[in-house]
Parts: sequence; C-alpha cells; structure tokens
Amino acid sequence: MSEDINPNRRAFLKTTAAVAGVTVVAPGVLLYGVSQAKPADEAVTSDVRWGMLIDTTKCADGCDACVNACTAEHGLTEDSSPETKAHWIRKVGLRDKQTGRESSLPMLCQHCENPPCVDVCPTGASFKRADGIVLVDRHICIGCRYCMMACPYKARSFIHETLENQKPHTPRGKGTVESCTLCVHRVDSGGEPACVEACSQADHKAMLFGDMKDPNSEISKKLSEVSSTALRADMGLNPGVRYQGL
Amino acid sequence: MKNVTYCVIEGKSPGFYGGIAVSLLFISLGLFAAYNMEHHGHAITGMTNQIVWGMPHIFAIFLIVAASGVLNVASISSVFRKVFYSPLARLSALLAITLLIGGLSVLVLDLGRPDRLIIAMTYYNFKSIFAWNIILYNGFIMICAIYLWFMMERRMQRYYPTAGLIAFIWRLILTTGTGSIFGLLVAREAYQTAIMAPLFIALSLSLGLAIFLIVLLIDCWETHCALGEGVLHRPKTLLGVLIGAVFYFVLAYHISHLYFTGRHGVEYFILAGGGIYTVLFWGGYLFLGTILPLLLLYHDRFTRSRASIAAASILTLIGGFSLLYVIIIGGQAYPLEIFPGMEVTSSGFFDDSPVHPYTPSVWEIMLGLSGIAISALLTVLALRIMPFMPRSLADNDIDETFKD
Repeated sequence: MSEDINPNRRAFLKTTAAVAGVTVVAPGVLLYGVSQAKPADEAVTSDVRWGMLIDTTKCADGCDACVNACTAEHGLTEDSSPETKAHWIRKVGLRDKQTGRESSLPMLCQHCENPPCVDVCPTGASFKRADGIVLVDRHICIGCRYCMMACPYKARSFIHETLENQKPHTPRGKGTVESCTLCVHRVDSGGEPACVEACSQADHKAMLFGDMKDPNSEISKKLSEVSSTALRADMGLNPGVRYQGL
Repeated sequence: MKNVTYCVIEGKSPGFYGGIAVSLLFISLGLFAAYNMEHHGHAITGMTNQIVWGMPHIFAIFLIVAASGVLNVASISSVFRKVFYSPLARLSALLAITLLIGGLSVLVLDLGRPDRLIIAMTYYNFKSIFAWNIILYNGFIMICAIYLWFMMERRMQRYYPTAGLIAFIWRLILTTGTGSIFGLLVAREAYQTAIMAPLFIALSLSLGLAIFLIVLLIDCWETHCALGEGVLHRPKTLLGVLIGAVFYFVLAYHISHLYFTGRHGVEYFILAGGGIYTVLFWGGYLFLGTILPLLLLYHDRFTRSRASIAAASILTLIGGFSLLYVIIIGGQAYPLEIFPGMEVTSSGFFDDSPVHPYTPSVWEIMLGLSGIAISALLTVLALRIMPFMPRSLADNDIDETFKD
C-alpha cells in the first residue's frame, strides 16, 4: 500500500534537517572565529594594526545606525546636555567649499599612530596598544582634560556626571576622559566594532574594519586599490581611520 | 649697605583680622564649590566637551605665572647684585611660594579626580609637558624655600647667591613649561607656537612685579612702615618695561598669525568678530592693561603718585587676566579645523558651531577666587610668624647713599 507523504511532514523534515545542520556546523564556524582571536592571556602585538576604512560615498546622510550602535554597545545613555554628553562617534555632514559637493561621514577617534593625546597625558593614562588601539586607563586618569585640548579630532569626552547602568565591558567613570575604544572587547574576541556591524546591517557597508598590516586582509587590499584620505594628514599623525571619497 | 633689621607684623590690627576672615570666607566658598563640582560632576560648571578648560584654569595659570614673576625682586638682588633690592628679597621669595600654592590648589581642585593627586605625583609620562610642569612646580616651591632659608640663616648666607641663581634659572624654565602647555598643542590654531613660552615669561614678570608692588603698598600702609620713594620708583620703572615686553610678544604673536593665511580665521575671531574675546583683548588687555598703566607709570603728571603706581599695578593684573582669558578660552571657543577646505553642514557634536559658547559658572569663580585667598592667607600668616619684612623701607634705611 502506497502512502502519500504529507507535504507538512516534508516541510517539517526539511526544517529539522536544516536546524540540525546549523547546530552542527555553527559552533564550528564560531569556534573558528574564536580560534582566530587572540587568547585572553596573550599580550597584543604590533604584528597587527587595527584600522578602519570609511567609504563616504556609501555613508547615507541622515543614517545614525553607527552612532546608535555605539550608544547601545557602550551604554552611553546618560541623560546629559548635548554639550556635556559623551560622544564616541558622531555623524558629520560636509560641503566642499570649492565644488559644493556634499558628503557624510562618521567621526570617531582616529587611533593615530602618533597620538597627541598620548603625548600630552601627564600620567600615561592615555596610551596606545601595540596593535594601534588608543585607549584611556580609567584607573590613572586624573581628569585634567589636557588630552581633549590636544586631540585634533575632538574625539574625546569628559564625564561630567555620575553614571549609572554601565556595561561590564565598558567601565566608565565620572571625572575621567574617554573615547572610542574601537570596541576592543569585541576585537580581542575576534569580532568587529559595533558601528561597523551596524553599518553592514543597515546595508550601507560604508565601514570596513580590519588589520592594516595584513596584506591579505580586506581592508589592506581595498586601501591599496582606492584613494583614501587621512584627516589632517598635515599633522603627520598617521591615523588608523581612513576616509574614501572625501 | 646698612644692616637691615627684619620684623614680624604685629597682627593686632583690624586689617590683619579682617584679611584673615575674608580669606577664610573665600577659601570656604572655594572648597564648597570644589565639593559640589566633585559630587555632582563638572556638569554644574560652564565647562563642556568643547570648552574643556575654563575659569579655574585662568585663575590657576594667572597665579602660577605670577608666582614665578614675583621672584623678580629677589633675583635682581641676588643674581644681578642690585643690593638696593636685597631687603625685599624675603618677601619676594615668600610670595613666590604662596602664589604657587594658591594656583596649584585651584588646578588640583578642578581635576575630574582630585583624589588621584598621588597618581599625578607617582606616574609620569615624560613626553608630557604637563608632567614636567608637576616636577617644575614642586621643585620651585622647594627651591624657593631653600632660597629663603639661605637668606634668613646667617650661616648659610654664602650660598645665598647660588640658591638665587638656581631659583632664577628654574623659574624661567617653569614659565617656559607653563607657556608650552599651550605652545605644544598641535591641534588648535590659536596655540601651536613657540612664542607662547617667552610670552608667558614676560607675562609672569609683569604680573609678578605688579602683585609685589600691591602687596608692598598694602603691607606698608597697614603696618605704617616707612616706605621710601626709591623703593617704589625703581620697580615701578621696571614694571613699565615688562608691560612693554608683554606687548611686544603679543604683537609678534598676532602679526605672525596675520601673515599665515591659514590662521586668518582665528585672528579675525580674536581681533574683530569674537564678541567677549575681542572686547577683552582690546579693552581689557590693550587699553586697561597696557596703555593705561604705561600712561600712569611714565606720564609726568602721574608718575610721582603712589596711587598711580597702585592703579597701574592693579590695571596690569586686569590686563594679564584678560589676556589669559582670551588665550585660554578664546583659543578653545574657536572651532577646530578638522576638515580643511570643507564647510561642516551638520554635526552631532558641534563641529558646525561658528563658536563654542562658554559662560563661567559661579562655582568656577568661587574656586578661582579661593586660590587668591589661599595665597593671601598663607602670606599674611607667614608675615605674622616669621620676619620677612624690613623694619623700615625708608630709602636711607636701606641704602645710606641712596639718591633717586
């Protein structure tokens, strides 16, 4: 006796097979990512230099996905006035004074190779990791704000008020200075910064993150192909964030 | 040169107790302001993420550069061997210490984390001019204290010129360091120039001498100590020269900036279109703080009057304060040039502001004034406890051969 296969059962079997497949394969994929990440007990090295290439032609005017992602990722949700609130990343609209051409871009800590904020910090709280990420050690920041005076990109914020509901991976404190960490907690686990991820999810793909020292990385290949700009290149700071189409 | 006898101030006059009471009041207000700024955060001040250094820094730097300059009189006596000034050297070195402590107190109490002062003293980034300044400031207090000790201790008198020379060189380095806090900032167009160092040195010399003359006049008026015309007139002439020196460096600074096309924007902002900064530059610094005191010090009609010397000294301080306001706040109020050749049409962080606004809060002013009060209180108490002042400052008591 032949028995007709119920189409619903077929669909069920397909779904089950797919879920089983994902369940088996996904951890492998994830583990591959983790295996590529730096082990927690291993020091960062200068063999890599993390950087970012931002394609201003793809950055949509009015889109704040990167800013919102940063705010959510790091809990920058304090209800302060705009003048005193922390801004790790901001959107900027530009118009060329000669040609009138307009562009839009996200502005964040440029993670300079020669960061003025690190040079001027009296206690060494501002520091650059071997892999190029510029950070603030909140334990020895005395809140003098000299780094804010020195930063050519206005990338740093001083915490003007008591903070609540902080994220465990982003310790912050009233009376200290902070700025974009390039989502170091994600990068150290093999991930990419929240802003870059959000830009991709918004389908703009204007932000490309990667190791600028690895000739096979996507960012290195792109940087060798397209013309890119370092903001205030005249200062010779060699920022890790580059802009395309500016 | 006669043997000069020194004495402590009597400390029984209403002026003495009044001065202490007013100083304590302002110190209490300053500490209350500092407590509030730490408890609530700097949100209660006028400072923001755009204007990161505000009124406390102006008071602090004003006092710190004046501290270096007030040592003029001691340096003239020990380094340049003008013995006529020797009797005033003790007061000069004392004021250098007290003014510096007042200025540093304001600077420390304004920190986001003043409780981490020990970190500032134990963690040093030697590429930072700020870190060097911490060493220079602490060293200056120590050197001035040793200098004072050598002056006052007969057995150490032979080392006194050496201590004077070290203090003289140290204070030049110190003010170079203070000016370089701004001179070494590559990012901001108003700074980023080596002339900041000599400008601050000249400013320190004029502010320091002006404060010295004011303290001398107040002290002699209060204690009825005889004060010779020569004692006043020689430093008075020097004050005029120093006011001129500051003007020279300010002129050189602005002329060089006017020459660089890229800096026309910031020059226009300070000199013509900057509102309060333009007013303070022309009215506060140039007219009140330079032209008027020079007139009072050199014009035949005023030059012999003590009131005009006092007025010229006070005006010099007003001018110096105005100039520091223009440099420190004006330099931040003018936006950073992050995108050369581009006009910023929108920004989530005020990049499109033609000027960053700043209104000093009452907390900042209270904190700043407390720095002056700390200096005043320490000076008065020191004068009461130890013999810093000559018993008489009559010209012939200081120098028998004196001829004005």
